[in-house]
Amino acid sequence: MRSKIFSVRNFKEILRDPVNISLGLAFPLIILLLLWFINRNIPAQARMELYQVENLIPGIAVFGYSFICLFSATLISKDRSTAFLARLYASPMRPRDYIFGYTAPMLPVAFAQTIICYAAAVLLGLKLNGFALLSVAAQLPTAAMFIFLGLLAGSLFNDKQVGGICGALLTNLCGWLSGTWFDLSLIGGAFKKAAYCLPFANAVDVGRLALYGSFGAEFRQKLSVVCAYALVIGALSVFSFRCKMKAQ
Amino acid sequence: MLAIQTKALTKSYGDICAVSALDLEVRQGELYSLLGVNGAGKSTTIRLLCGLLDPTSGSAEVCGHDVVSKRQTVKERINLSPQETAIAPNLTVEENIAFFAGIYGKEKSCVQNIIEKLHLGEIVKQKAKTLSGGWQRRLSIAIALVTEPEVLFLDEPTLGLDVLARRELWSLIRSLKGKTTVILTTHYLEEAEALSDRIGILSAGKLIAVGTADELIAQTGTASFEDAFVTLCTKEADDNAQ
Repeated sequence: MRSKIFSVRNFKEILRDPVNISLGLAFPLIILLLLWFINRNIPAQARMELYQVENLIPGIAVFGYSFICLFSATLISKDRSTAFLARLYASPMRPRDYIFGYTAPMLPVAFAQTIICYAAAVLLGLKLNGFALLSVAAQLPTAAMFIFLGLLAGSLFNDKQVGGICGALLTNLCGWLSGTWFDLSLIGGAFKKAAYCLPFANAVDVGRLALYGSFGAEFRQKLSVVCAYALVIGALSVFSFRCKMKAQ
Repeated sequence: MLAIQTKALTKSYGDICAVSALDLEVRQGELYSLLGVNGAGKSTTIRLLCGLLDPTSGSAEVCGHDVVSKRQTVKERINLSPQETAIAPNLTVEENIAFFAGIYGKEKSCVQNIIEKLHLGEIVKQKAKTLSGGWQRRLSIAIALVTEPEVLFLDEPTLGLDVLARRELWSLIRSLKGKTTVILTTHYLEEAEALSDRIGILSAGKLIAVGTADELIAQTGTASFEDAFVTLCTKEADDNAQ
């Protein structure tokens, strides 16, 4: 019950911040539109396959999650930097209430963001079929991973550091190493290998493969990489939050 | 009956002793002020009593429950209004109060009662972040009171308030006497003098004097409570230096 009450508070805090709405929703949509327009306005023979809407949208969705991570981390770090969390620590809330309360409300926000991005993609030519819905569903482990990353960053850093780490570093990592803006094979070699050791490119490929209806070994392998990252980051975030709670 | 009792309560950080062998007794319904210069150990004592810190040694009981072994039970009976205004900025006044009432399992009717009692009606739909400092303080106190705590810790409740807002809060705090045990920390000596049943003075983590304001004045042979406080603190500092 307490965790539900706390998650409702966090949900309202996030949705009532106009910066969150404009960054989390508008920014990915603007990038989607921008890349779609660029691709449409160049001669047909020069068009990039990567910027076809069905290749673009999974990457945009994953990129959007970096903002979800930023919102979550900012909320937690602000609560920590004000006396709000100290006040809650003196209340009967238990550690599990905090962890559920901070993570649970982010899931519907991430899901809504994904739906809106995919809906925009449908307006731009993406076929609305079962695979599109499966692609949305296949992004859920990625969303969970970013939400846990937000809990981890919010537990460890102050709100200014969170702005730098989640707002600048993560969004850039997510953009450059996900294969959304450019094909990782263009650079290849160690860069591509390093990119695929991280979860971002795997997450984008999971979305793309689901859109193509390709659920074979490659899909399962890439999904398991994302799930493994989500589990490890989830465990780390819970551990660090509990440690910080004790330390405070 | 005692609402708070500590026995040789000690909290050390390495070589630094923030609270040293504190023996504190606060009666039920009493308004007890903890005074001391910066770094005297007031905040650490409050954090120990709220179960936010584990003591290095000694023990503390709040409402008859040990703050370490019965931490959860203690937390259900207390509330802390921290020095900084601890409110949810994007929630309205009503939502803030309802949120904390819910955390403590209180009925929704409590929310309306406290809104009326603290005259928050005119700002009830306003977001907390848009309130003036005085209103935010009042909201912070309302949040503490809506949970109907047996023991209420007020850490610098009137810090940064103008005279009128401070006087208003004083009358509110006075109205709690006899019903709620209040532990007040403040740097405003006239506040402690005006509100407290008893005053404890901390210096370098030790409780160096306890009594009513008049008793402390008499004990030090000074003309005012401020002089008594200064005398006690400087004497202790001199003793420690020797």
